[in-house]
Amino acid sequence: MSPIPGSGLAKGLAVTLRTMTRRSVTARYPDVLPDLPPRTRGVIGLFEENCTVCMLCARECPDWCIYIDSHKETVPPAAPGGRERSRNVLDRFAIDFSLCMYCGICIEVCPFDALFWSPEFEYAETDIHELTHERDKLREWMWTVPAPPPLDPRAEEPKELAAARKAAEKLEAAEAAAAARADEPSGPAAEADGTGGGDRQGGEGPA
Amino acid sequence: MNDVLDVALRLLAVFAAFLVLPLVVGQTEHKVMAHMQGRLGPMYAGGFHGWAQLVADGVKFAQKEDVVPAEADRRVFRLAPAVALLPYLLVLLAIPVGPDTVGQVVDAGVFFVLAVMGVGVLGSLMAGWASANKFSLLGGLRTAAQLLSYELPMLLAAASVAMAAGTVSLTGILDAFEWWWLPWQIVGAVVFFVAGLAELQRPPFDMPVADSEIIFGAYTEYTGMRFALFLLAEYAGIVVLCGLTTVLFLGGWHGPLGADGLGWLWTLLKTAVLAFVVIWLRVSYPRMREDQLQRLAWTVLVPLALAQIALTGVVKVVL
Repeated sequence: MSPIPGSGLAKGLAVTLRTMTRRSVTARYPDVLPDLPPRTRGVIGLFEENCTVCMLCARECPDWCIYIDSHKETVPPAAPGGRERSRNVLDRFAIDFSLCMYCGICIEVCPFDALFWSPEFEYAETDIHELTHERDKLREWMWTVPAPPPLDPRAEEPKELAAARKAAEKLEAAEAAAAARADEPSGPAAEADGTGGGDRQGGEGPA
Repeated sequence: MNDVLDVALRLLAVFAAFLVLPLVVGQTEHKVMAHMQGRLGPMYAGGFHGWAQLVADGVKFAQKEDVVPAEADRRVFRLAPAVALLPYLLVLLAIPVGPDTVGQVVDAGVFFVLAVMGVGVLGSLMAGWASANKFSLLGGLRTAAQLLSYELPMLLAAASVAMAAGTVSLTGILDAFEWWWLPWQIVGAVVFFVAGLAELQRPPFDMPVADSEIIFGAYTEYTGMRFALFLLAEYAGIVVLCGLTTVLFLGGWHGPLGADGLGWLWTLLKTAVLAFVVIWLRVSYPRMREDQLQRLAWTVLVPLALAQIALTGVVKVVL
């Protein structure tokens, strides 16, 4: 019991009056866009240059909402006399966002950093079939993905940068060797450089 | 000829006030209630902060089908909204706004006003009975019970003011008003206001229309324009109740800055503040139970009103 009868009633009135003087909390969404955290998980973007059609995302997806079609192409050997190599070419990459439950497993599982969370969230459709978004739309969303957070000071170099740098250094060394060979024409010209084949996997695409 | 024009003008002005003021109160309720709950309320209709929301609502109601239940007492069912709404128009006619600004001076003003306001509740009763719906019937009977118990303290509180002024004419009461009536009649004012709220079935006295338990009480079966008329009656009732409380207890056109020409502004201002209080109470308090309603009327309001009458009588004799 309150000490003064009716003080509870007055307190109730005070609460509502105080609330009236404060700013209301209503989000005026269509007029004013929400102030979302930069890494909001709004939609999944595809960085298709990184995709190797390994199908891991489609297989891990609990909802089976990722559709991937691809075919193999052969690429001519990198060096004369080498073996022809086959390469996967992405034909279709689609995510059905009417099935997707935004668990993010596909993004976690992608070994080539081809899938990313984008903060974009305004992709409602009037027809459920139109929620299956194809690779062009997914690629477009990639532009809204914020840049990765900076590495810690004195952290290890990112793998793709390291690989690219190694390739560049190797090339430089080979060029230097070639220049040295050109200086003394009587030297043996047997050694062929191997810049093309060996580094292919690591240096595929910087993110 | 001049008299006819005069009467026509007065009627027109009262009718305009009757149409506009309830809408203003309703819109204020939308906005005030929203902000008291940390919301914004209507923001789109009319462009600027949803000022035309109630106009849009009216258009919506006008477009709806007017359904009369098959088992209903058709004539009574159709008549009920008018019975609920029209008394408030009549009461508004008799409420003085300024010293010379009044729709029609009625000599027995207090009697007229309270009697006619009582008729307004009859509309909900008719609606509840004629709808042939058990929720409507429950709501109607609760309305009846509420009317019975709250008319008494309301009348007693009004009688106290009439005793103090020595007249039952509303303008007469205001002519006799002195500022110290305010503390003298404050208990009566509170009783009158609370009883009036109960009679309008406004929260926290909205047991008869308790939408979470008996749907919408007597108005359950109503649709379209007839339902809109009931809603309009509620807001017209707020205007009338606040105007009456202003006139009877708060000194109407008398104000600290006694500018003679601006008396009507004082009346409107006091009425608006009271209307705000009505909305404020609605937002702040939960609905009272049926037995609590009855107990409040009979064990609190009636004794308080009687005590006020006794006090008025004593002071009147002593002076």
